[in-house]
Amino acid sequence: MLEAIHSKKWLQLCLGLLIGIAFGFLLQKGGVTRYDVIIGQLLLQDFTVVKIMLSAVITGMIGVYLLKSVKVARLHLKSGSFGQNVIGGLIFGVGFGLLGYCPGTVAGAAGQGALDAIFGGIVGMLIGAGLFAAAFPKLQKRILKIGYFGELSLPQLLKVNAWLVIIVVCALIIVLLFALEKAGL
Amino acid sequence: MEWLRLEQWSPYIVGVGIGILSWLSFVLSDHPLGCSTAFVRTSGMIEKLFRGKKVEEKPYYRQFSPTITWEWMLVIGIIIGAFISAKLSGQFQFNWVPPKWEVTVGDTVFIRWLAALIGGIILGFGARWAGGCTSGHGISGMLQLAVSSWLAAICFFIGGIATTMLIFRVVLS
Repeated sequence: MLEAIHSKKWLQLCLGLLIGIAFGFLLQKGGVTRYDVIIGQLLLQDFTVVKIMLSAVITGMIGVYLLKSVKVARLHLKSGSFGQNVIGGLIFGVGFGLLGYCPGTVAGAAGQGALDAIFGGIVGMLIGAGLFAAAFPKLQKRILKIGYFGELSLPQLLKVNAWLVIIVVCALIIVLLFALEKAGL
Repeated sequence: MEWLRLEQWSPYIVGVGIGILSWLSFVLSDHPLGCSTAFVRTSGMIEKLFRGKKVEEKPYYRQFSPTITWEWMLVIGIIIGAFISAKLSGQFQFNWVPPKWEVTVGDTVFIRWLAALIGGIILGFGARWAGGCTSGHGISGMLQLAVSSWLAAICFFIGGIATTMLIFRVVLS
C-alpha cells in the first residue's frame, strides 16, 4: 500500500508541500527563523537551536527505527567521506555564521518577512549551489573522495546492535539537555 | 486555539513535533526531511532559462536534475508555514536588518545585504559540498545514526561558532 502512495508523483509533491508547511510553522514557532536566535546559539548564549535539534533527533530516531523494525520505513543513509563532510561542513559553518540562517531557516525567515534572507541569503545560496555544480567534476576527482567510508551508520561502525546505540545516544542527549536547563541556558 | 497565536513555543515541543514530521516523511514519502538540494535544483532551473537544455548534461545536474521534486515543494512549504505562523502571532514584518545585527554592526541595509549574500554563497556551496544541511544531515541524518551526518553536523557548528565568535568577539569588539 505504501509503495502505491510513494509512486504517485502528484500526491508526493502535495505531501512535500504539506510536510513543509508544518515544518515551517514549527521552525517559526520555535524562534529559529530569527537571525538573533541562531546567532545567539553560535555565540553559545541561547541554546534554542540545539534544544530543538536534539529533541527532534531523539523523537525521530526512536520512531524511525521502530517503523523500520515493523518494515513500514527504510533508512536513507547519506554516503560520506572526510573530504566531503569535514571540509564541506566547515565551509557551511562559515556561511552559517555570516548569514545567520541555514538553508531551511532562511526559507522560514523569508516567510516571516526577513528581506536579508530573501535578497541576501536565498539569492546567495542559489549562486553558491550553482558554483558548486560547476566545480563538482574537479572537486569529485580530488577532494570529495578523501577518506571515503560510504553509507555507514554508527551501529555498523561500532559493530553493535542499533538499539544499544539509540539508548546511549538518547541518554547522552537527555543528560546534555538537563545540564543546559540547569545552567539556565 | 490560542496556542496557535503564541509568539513562541517551548523548543522541546517544537523538536518533538519535527521528530514526528520525520516519521511521516519516512512512511508517507520514503524521504528524509532536507532542504539544500532544492537550492541547487532551482539554480539549475535558472541556468536552464539562459543556457538551455545543455545544462542538464552537467555531471552534477545528472545527479540532481533541475526539476521540481518533493524536497523542492518542502522548501516552498516552509516559506508558507513560517508565513502562517508569523501572521497568526502578529510577528510578520518586512525587515532588512535583524535587531542583533543593528546593535552590533549598524543599520546600513547595504552592509547587511552584502554580508547575507556572501554568507549565502558560502552556505550554498558548503551545503552541497557536505552533501546536506542542518535539516538533511543535522536532523534527518543524525536521527538515522549516519556517520556522514554526525561528522557534518559537528563541523557545521565548529565552523559556525568559530566564524560568529570571530565576527562578534574579535572584529567588532
